Amino acid sequence: MTGLLLGAVAYDPKVVTIWDGFRGWLRGRGLDFDYVLYSNYERQVTDLVAGRIDVAWNSPLAWVRASRLAAAAGVTLTPVTMRDTDCDLRSVVVVRTDSPVQSLAGLRGRTVATGAVDSPQATLLPLSLLRAAGLHPGTDGDNDVRVRRFDVGVGLHGDHVGGERDAARALFAADPADRADAACMIDSNLLLFAREGTLRSGSVRVVGQTPPYDHCTMTAGPAADEAAVGRLGNLLLGMDYADPSLRPLLDMEGLKEWRAPRLSGYAQLERAVDEAGFYDAKGEIRASDYRP
Amino acid sequence: MRATIDLDGLGLDGGGHLLVDRALGGLRPGDELTVTGRHPALRLHLAAWCRERGHGFRDGADDSAGDGGPLVVTKGAATGQRWRDARRAGAANGPPEASADPRWGLAARGALVEAGGPPIGAHWSERDHVWADIAPKLYAAAAASQWDPATAVDWSAPAALPAEVEAAVVQIMTYLVENEQAALIIPARLLSQVHPHYREVMQLLASQAADEARHVEVFTRRGMLTGGPLGTSSAGGRASLQSLLSEPDFTTASFLLSVLGEGTFVDLLRFLHRHAPDPVTADVTRLALRDEARHVAFGVAHTAHTARADPSYLGVLRQAVERRHAALLDTAGLNTEVFDALVLLAAGSWEPAAIEAGWQAVHQLQGQMDEGRRRRLAYIGFPDDEAAELSALHTRNFM
Repeated sequence: MTGLLLGAVAYDPKVVTIWDGFRGWLRGRGLDFDYVLYSNYERQVTDLVAGRIDVAWNSPLAWVRASRLAAAAGVTLTPVTMRDTDCDLRSVVVVRTDSPVQSLAGLRGRTVATGAVDSPQATLLPLSLLRAAGLHPGTDGDNDVRVRRFDVGVGLHGDHVGGERDAARALFAADPADRADAACMIDSNLLLFAREGTLRSGSVRVVGQTPPYDHCTMTAGPAADEAAVGRLGNLLLGMDYADPSLRPLLDMEGLKEWRAPRLSGYAQLERAVDEAGFYDAKGEIRASDYRP
Repeated sequence: MRATIDLDGLGLDGGGHLLVDRALGGLRPGDELTVTGRHPALRLHLAAWCRERGHGFRDGADDSAGDGGPLVVTKGAATGQRWRDARRAGAANGPPEASADPRWGLAARGALVEAGGPPIGAHWSERDHVWADIAPKLYAAAAASQWDPATAVDWSAPAALPAEVEAAVVQIMTYLVENEQAALIIPARLLSQVHPHYREVMQLLASQAADEARHVEVFTRRGMLTGGPLGTSSAGGRASLQSLLSEPDFTTASFLLSVLGEGTFVDLLRFLHRHAPDPVTADVTRLALRDEARHVAFGVAHTAHTARADPSYLGVLRQAVERRHAALLDTAGLNTEVFDALVLLAAGSWEPAAIEAGWQAVHQLQGQMDEGRRRRLAYIGFPDDEAAELSALHTRNFM
C-alpha cells in the first residue's frame, strides 16, 4: 500500500491546524498520509484529475467540475467521505421584515445581494432558485433582477463567509442607493448572522428557499492507491467525537462524524452551473467574470 | 409519551434554541422531541441548528415548500461524547490538590473540565512548591487593606524642612523606589508561573505587586514633593537588587525577597516612620510598612511549609544566601548617601551630639534587622547558630 497526498484549500489559517492534526492522527494509525494546500479550488481540481494529488477535499462546486473534467479525460473519481454537516443544506433568500416583497416573484425589478461569483450556497443555487421562479437575474441591464455580488475570497467557492455576510449587511446599508432588497445565504448562516448581530433577530423574512442539497465531499483521483483510499475512508469514518485529541479538530472542521459519501445531492448545483454557464460540460471555466 | 416543546412565536434566531436544548437535556441519545411553534422559518432554523449540533431532524412535510407536518428532533450523541471524559479540577470549597494537572489549564478550581485543550505551561504545579495554609487569609486581609494613594496620605501637609534634611528624605525615597520596583517585578514574575489551581497564591502575589506599585507611587511623590531632583542610585545597590530578579526557584525567590529582604525592610520602614521629619514621610512609610508585613508573613509561612515538607530544602536556601553573598562581595553594599541620610534623619540636626545619637540609632536599627532575620530563619527551621550565620551574610543593602 502506497501513501496518499490530499489537497485542501486554505480558505482560513485554521486549515493548517486541522490537517496537521489529522495528518498526525492518520500517521499514528499506520497510514502514510500527507497534505498540500491550494489557494483556490480550480487548481486543486485540475491537479486531482491529472493525478498530481491523490485525494481532494472538495467543495460541492469543485466536485461538479472534477466529475466533468474526469469524464472528459476518461478517468474515474472515487467518493471517499463527507461530513454529517454536508447533508441536506438549504439556501434562502431573505428580505427585510417590513419589505413589501412577499415572494420570489416580487423581486422583479429589484436588487438581490449575493456572495462571491463562485459561491454555490450564496450565489449559484439561490440565483437558480430565482430562475425557477421565472426571473432573470444578472449583473447587466438586460435582466429583471439586478444582482449585486460581493466577491470576497473568489476561488474559495464560498468557503470564505465574508461575501455572504456583506450581502446580508447590504439589506440594511445606510445609504438607500447601496441598500439591497434581498440577500442570499445558506440556512446555517441565517442563524449565525443573528447570533453574531449582523442581522438583528426578527429583522428579516425568508421569501424563498432551495430544496435540500449536499455540500463538501472528499474525492479520490485516478492516481490514488485503492487500498490506501479504502483505509483513509475507514479511518475517517472511525473518528470518535469523544476523543479529546480529535474533538477540537472536528469542531474546527465543523462536523461531529464523517459519513459514507453520497452523490445524490448535487443535481441542483449541476443545473445551476449550466444555467449560469459557469463551467461547460467538459469542466472548463466559462464564467467570464471569474478569475480565481 | 414523546417529549414536546412549544416555542410559541420564537425562532432560533432569537434564542429559541435554548428551549430546545433544555428539552433535549432530559432525553437520551436517540430519543425524539417534537417541536411546535409559529415562527415562519422555524423548520428551516431547526434543520440548520440540528445539523450543526449533531442532532437528527425529521420534517413531517419534508418538501421544498417546507410547511405542514410535525418537526421532530432526534437527540444526537455529541453532547454526551464531549463530556464523557470530563473530570473535576479538584474541589471548589476544599483545599487545593497536592498536584495540579496541567490539563486543567485556566479552569476554575472545582470546575468540570472537558478533556482536551492545551495544557498550561506553569512552572509550579505542586502544592508544596507554592503553598502556605495562611495564603487565603492573607489574601483576604490584603484585599481588605487596599488604600488609595490619593486620599490615604495628606499630601497638603506642611513639608518645609531644612534643605539638608529634605535632601536626606529625598535620597531615602530614591532608594526606596528602586527597592520597591524590584519587589514589584518579582511577585509579578512568580505569579505568571503558578498553576491557577493555587488561586489564593496567585491572588496574593497579584495584590503584593499592586501594593508595590502603590509604594513606588507614594515614595516617588514624596521624593518630588518639594520639586527638587531625586537623589542618587548606586551601582552596588542596583547590583544587589538585580541579583534577586534572576532567582528562578519560587521558594528561593520568595525566601530571599520576602523573608530576608522585605523582612529587613519592615524594620527600616518602622525606623523611618519613627524618625520622619514631616507628616507625608510618616504617612507613606506607615502605609508601606503595613503592606510589607503581609508580604513577609506569606514568605515566612510558605518557606516554612516547604521546609517542613522537605527538610533538605533548608540546604538549598542556605546555598542561595551564600551564592548571593559571594556574588555581591565586591560591591559596595548600601549606598553611602543612603546610610548618611538615615543618620541625619535620626539625628534631627547637625549638632555633634545629635549626629552621634543618629549614628547609634542606625547601628541599633541594623541590630534589630539582624535579630528579626534570625528569628524568622529560626521559625523556618534553621538552628540558631546557622540562623545567625546566614543573617550576617544578608546583603548590606537591606533588601
